Amino acid sequence: MALLEIKNVTRRFGDFAAVDNVSLSIEAGEFFTLLGPSGCGKTTILRMIAGFYLPDSGQILLDGKDLADTPPEKRPVRTVFQSYALFPHMTVAQNIAFPLKMARCAPQDIQKRTRETLEQVRLADKAEHYPNELSGGQQQRVALGRALVSHPRLLLLDEPLAALDAKLREEMQLELISLQREVGVTFVFVTHAQDEALALSHRIAVMNRGRVEQVDEPSKLYGFPQSRFVADFIGHINMMDAQVIEAAHGHTRLAIPGLGEITAPPVAGVTAGGLASGAKGAFAIRPEQVRIGIHGEAAELKNHFPGEVRNLLYRGDVTVYKVHLANGLMVEALLPNSAPGRAEIFEVGDTVSIGWRHDAGVFLHA
Amino acid sequence: MRKEAGRRGMGLWVAALAVYAFLYLPLLIVVIYSFNDSRLNAEWVGFTWHWYDVLLHDEDMLAAAGNSLLIALTSSLMTTILGTMAGIAMHRYRLKALTFMVMTPVAMPEILLGVSLLLFFIQILNLTLGMVSIILAHITFSIGFVAIVVRTSLAGMDESIFEAARDCGASPWRTFRHITFPLILPSVVAGGLMAFTLSIDDFVITFFTAGVGVSTLPLRIYSMIKIAVTPEVNAVSTLLMLLTLALIVLASRIAPSVLRFKT
Ligand SMILES: Nc1ncnc2c1ncn2[C@@H]1O[C@H](COP(=O)(O)OP(=O)(O)OP(=O)(O)O)[C@@H](O)[C@H]1O
Ligand SMILES: [Mg+2]
Repeated sequence: MALLEIKNVTRRFGDFAAVDNVSLSIEAGEFFTLLGPSGCGKTTILRMIAGFYLPDSGQILLDGKDLADTPPEKRPVRTVFQSYALFPHMTVAQNIAFPLKMARCAPQDIQKRTRETLEQVRLADKAEHYPNELSGGQQQRVALGRALVSHPRLLLLDEPLAALDAKLREEMQLELISLQREVGVTFVFVTHAQDEALALSHRIAVMNRGRVEQVDEPSKLYGFPQSRFVADFIGHINMMDAQVIEAAHGHTRLAIPGLGEITAPPVAGVTAGGLASGAKGAFAIRPEQVRIGIHGEAAELKNHFPGEVRNLLYRGDVTVYKVHLANGLMVEALLPNSAPGRAEIFEVGDTVSIGWRHDAGVFLHA
Repeated sequence: MRKEAGRRGMGLWVAALAVYAFLYLPLLIVVIYSFNDSRLNAEWVGFTWHWYDVLLHDEDMLAAAGNSLLIALTSSLMTTILGTMAGIAMHRYRLKALTFMVMTPVAMPEILLGVSLLLFFIQILNLTLGMVSIILAHITFSIGFVAIVVRTSLAGMDESIFEAARDCGASPWRTFRHITFPLILPSVVAGGLMAFTLSIDDFVITFFTAGVGVSTLPLRIYSMIKIAVTPEVNAVSTLLMLLTLALIVLASRIAPSVLRFKT
């Protein structure tokens, strides 16, 4: 049984459904991420799990028990707020001890566990400081310590890294991963940064306008997006309109208007003959899956087309080429610069050939 | 260019000094003449503690001072409790009508408030005027001050702190006890001190609601002045001034933001 079960939950503000019939199931020990653009309802879901909002319909079950009648203070769930929400009149140690005090633990127990947690979040030397004497990263760790000290079943984190600068943020990401592994608490993490979500999570739910678009492991989400929104939101992708010619068991043949026929991997969830020929949609392929060559290299591939380099972006580790195809499409190709001098190979205006393997890319049903 | 700015700065300084002189010179003169060895306030004769001695043996004056202290203590205590509750309610429910009702007595002309309270006590409550009616009147006009101070301090706080407390397992009551109350305490104390000073030197409203039996310090001073202004009045004024100043300093120490409000 899943630790947390969200079943057909809807939450409205006035007429507007901020969360629209969402169902999720989160396993114990998971690092689960809610990812989506601003305003898609991520915070609203977290607040419903924490108990600050009640769902208008649907159920939230923790260990199989409906939480509807449980107030926030009785839920074995802790939140790390985006603003950290530390108690300004209490020292770091008092902040961390607060949940234990509220649980009426024995004083020596409180002392012992507070000290352990201080060590865990590497703040032992700051125990007697007040929150306003700490840096952003340190405040962040106090918030984490306070949330973890009483071993909650579930930890909710609402964009906890958004306020940190890039370097500190990467540091905290690594720290979060090891902390989660160490304490074994289930994390529900909210972010609108797809790179952060990919780097941290066991599974990600991509949300759009109050709905869940896809729930998958990071590599699946990146490699096999199931909708245009997900494909577009996660990383970079080339998207072209396409029509099914034949969807067979081992492969799919697609027609790209103005370009010709391509072979694509089988469409996920479609059994042989399950997808009617003529079905419209889009073919999506990642820039790093697109090969580029003068004549030879790419032409060996099953799917290959002539084009002209219109733009290039040297980024150090890689170079991004924008190649103009015969039908007016602009395709992005990404080449690693691992070989010395690699970046010089193609220039703007060069006629090249681009291509990709028959098992690369995905067909997205319209 | 620099010279121009300098000259304008000079003008501002002179104007400011004049204004401060206008505000503080009369007070200073009152203090100085409380040490004047003469029955009249007309000319300086010599230094003496005499009038403070007279003051300490003036039974009526001491009784009035006692009343004033009792009234100020009781009413400011009640005001602090009620005003804090009102401030929290104003912050939490954001009801326009609530704010309006709490704030009206603050803005109302004192004479109007005095008259209406008098009529209310006599005609509606059938109350004999005295200590109780004065205390009730003082609570009425000072509640709003405490409420604003408390509400302003709450408005400056991050709302998620209170949610974090609930999240950490604190019931609404324990959230108030461990988080909200300690955080607003400086404002509550400062508001209480403000209510105390407002009460101890109030004249108009006290005048209407005191009746015949009870006198307070401001009322007593007024009735003395009607006869003759002796330096005893200066002496009692000086002491009152000292007390008020001490309270203001205390209030500003506890909550520096308080001095930004009008009193
Ligand atoms: N208390 C509220 N009253 C009215 N509308 C609200 C309220 N809270 C959220 N909303 C609306 O619900 C939608 C979802 O809000 P939510 O805060 O869950 O978004 P989010 O995904 O967390 O966005 P962000 O990444 O910007 O934090 C938004 O359009 C927002 O305007
Ligand atoms: Mg949010």
